[in-house]
Amino acid sequence: MSRALALVAMLVVTLCAAAPLRAETLIAAMSSHQIQITSNYTGSQLTVFGVVERDGRTVARGDPYDIVVTVRGPRRMLLVREKERLGPIWINRTQRRFPDSSLFLTVASNRPLSEIISPETAQRERIGLEHAQRPRDAALDLDVTTARFQEGLIRILADKGLYTEEDRGVTFLSSTVFSAPINVPATAPTGPYEIDIVLYAGGVPLARQTTHFEVVKSGMEQRLAAGAHDLPLVYGLVTVLMALLLGWLASVVFRRD
Amino acid sequence: MQIYLPIAELPISILTVLGLSGAVGFISGLFGVGGGFLLTPLLIFLDIPPAVAVATVAAQVAGSSTTGVLTYWRRRALDFKLGTILVMGGILGTLLGVLFFNSMRRLGQLELVITLSYVTLFTIIGGLMLYDALRAMMRVRAGKPARLRRRAGTHPWWMGLPWRMRFPHSQLYCSVIPIASLAIVIGFIGAVLGVGGGFILVPALIYFFRIPTAIVVGTSLFQILMTMTGATLLHALTNQSVDIVLAILLLLGGVIGAQFGGRAARNLNVESFRLLLALLILSVGLRFAIELFIPPSEPFSVVSTEGGR
Repeated sequence: MSRALALVAMLVVTLCAAAPLRAETLIAAMSSHQIQITSNYTGSQLTVFGVVERDGRTVARGDPYDIVVTVRGPRRMLLVREKERLGPIWINRTQRRFPDSSLFLTVASNRPLSEIISPETAQRERIGLEHAQRPRDAALDLDVTTARFQEGLIRILADKGLYTEEDRGVTFLSSTVFSAPINVPATAPTGPYEIDIVLYAGGVPLARQTTHFEVVKSGMEQRLAAGAHDLPLVYGLVTVLMALLLGWLASVVFRRD
Repeated sequence: MQIYLPIAELPISILTVLGLSGAVGFISGLFGVGGGFLLTPLLIFLDIPPAVAVATVAAQVAGSSTTGVLTYWRRRALDFKLGTILVMGGILGTLLGVLFFNSMRRLGQLELVITLSYVTLFTIIGGLMLYDALRAMMRVRAGKPARLRRRAGTHPWWMGLPWRMRFPHSQLYCSVIPIASLAIVIGFIGAVLGVGGGFILVPALIYFFRIPTAIVVGTSLFQILMTMTGATLLHALTNQSVDIVLAILLLLGGVIGAQFGGRAARNLNVESFRLLLALLILSVGLRFAIELFIPPSEPFSVVSTEGGR
């Protein structure tokens, strides 16, 4: 917690030193830019801190500030298949590709998204699981079938805890300072994560800020994974020898005759 | 207590894995089957990526069959001559199976092929074995000897094909053709389904060639040890999906379980042995059949086809 306070203090100092600005500016920092996976890793939590910076010339607004934080994990080609009935059996028949899709997605906001922005803005700005799931250059409108497949994709990944929507995931510490804890489950993939923070007031986007972090294997986990890829023959031989040795050892230990 | 698996990329409970592998190891030692056909689906059920499950189970099966091979070898219940022919045929079958595997994957129907093969193979083999075991048990109960279908001196036609060889240890004088064909078929099925094939080899050697059960189990374990050692190396070289941490956990449970299984096998009479193996194989087949026939609660499935895994 003291670390968190120090960060906020640092942000406030940065804020005071900043040059004069006309509209709101968003300044954000993270508790950490790297999550290290070790053998006892069971998931991790990061916190995003931010300050809404305004100066004397900033227009007074009747609406309170809203913050939406979107965290996108490493991108992969996701293949969604649907089981259909063929005679008496159920088999995968149709499939849809979702290229450049995140395997991890969290959308956190200080109140439900529907209260912050209109559906049109959500779609245009790619806010919310359904819109954020699509890569940036993809078409906005999905045909009916693809939309159904996307619903399935979101449902499955949400069940696995990889896709989350947090209606109360952002907390305002004062009217302009906020924090958002980001839960990264152990099953979240390794690689780069990008965080997109958008400030709204009265449904209008005012400022945007992006930052990032990464999930990496470290220590023993990293060495084993690297060994498997860089020295596959050695890795394979070591595994086999170890298997044979353990098998032999067991027969010696348990030998009765 | 949880441990993070470096290749599967998720944490897993140590006790769960030890318990599972111990139970499967017991079955493996008891019946002389590798146990891959049980362990692989169980690991996938625990969210381990299928490629990692198949490759890592290969390493585990190699280790736990080593224990069995040594045990049976000490008891002189292992026919190396028969085993070598089985291994050679198995290698050819594996190559053909890998070619078939890749072409089905290109067509996008690999999953269906795997499920359908599990259902047909397991229900047919399991059902036939169950029928036979029950019939034998009824005979015993009725006071008649549980006699084999063929009397001494007669032999099925396939044993009389050309290139007959003597396998003194297995009390077998038989053509090489049916034995090699069997090995090729098993290698083929093993490569496609990611299993060792012991569950087909054991009943086939017992039913088609009338080899004594104890020698069948030892020889089958020898064949499995050889194929699975090769499979582990191939997986490590081609797709890097062998998880060494998971392999160690599976081995610890597996080798200990196999010891108790091997010991329990000695106290089991032939009829119960056949009945239990039949029920086991049949239940796995039915488990896959349910998946095929029952409307799924979640019709969609997601696979990541790029990157990491």
